[in-house]
Amino acid sequence: MNLDLIVFLVLLVLGYVFGQIAEKRHFKSIIEREKALRDVLCFNERHIPDLGPADTTLVAGSVVVSIDYFKRFVAGLRNLVGGRMNAYESLLERARREATLRMKEEARARGATSVWNVRLETASIYKGARQDVGSVEVVAYGTARIPR
Amino acid sequence: MIVTNIEVIPGKTVIKHLGIVNGNTVRAKHAGRDIMASFKNIFGGELKGYTELLQESREEALQRMIEQAQAIGANAVVNVRFSTSSIAAGAAELFAYGTAVVVE
Repeated sequence: MNLDLIVFLVLLVLGYVFGQIAEKRHFKSIIEREKALRDVLCFNERHIPDLGPADTTLVAGSVVVSIDYFKRFVAGLRNLVGGRMNAYESLLERARREATLRMKEEARARGATSVWNVRLETASIYKGARQDVGSVEVVAYGTARIPR
Repeated sequence: MIVTNIEVIPGKTVIKHLGIVNGNTVRAKHAGRDIMASFKNIFGGELKGYTELLQESREEALQRMIEQAQAIGANAVVNVRFSTSSIAAGAAELFAYGTAVVVE
């Protein structure tokens, strides 16, 4: 057996084990925090209805999440046959939910009860060695309404 | 300075429109962070170094936009948008733009 194959298999197993653990843990924490922040309402409506005197301020949250080696390999295989790429779907979902949560956390810290005109922006700072999607960056931002 | 990404500021009226202001920044982390990130690419998970980078760039871009707005005598920036692009691996470009106005 040549060394390259051994390294590849080791990386695959490491990626699978740690990636699964990390993803499960992340989703668990996302769900918990979403419950805790449920009373901070999010809207992508542009006009704030008149609900009494309030201050507004810009709030934002950002996150960079990376995919693991195993999932990237599976996604590469999927690329051959086409179809849904579950590996990337869960990556994007994690990133978007996490960024929204961080935005809500900032809103809560400033005493806001709702966030309006929420926008999500994705980008790519880091690209994998073969220029494939290695990680995704999401910025969520909106206007927080702070009742006076 | 009031910064918001909606068109109006509740309870205030726009009395003067001063045009678009913008701020941008391109930042990179040191190579050590890039190496750490490529390790993380095996295990998956959040790349904390890059999250920090993104946050710093966002604040910097906003700050530059606000400075520009102040320079032309605005007291609020409305309709703020963020835009991101990647020009090189490991570097983040963040661009913030909005409309500078005077409110009362």
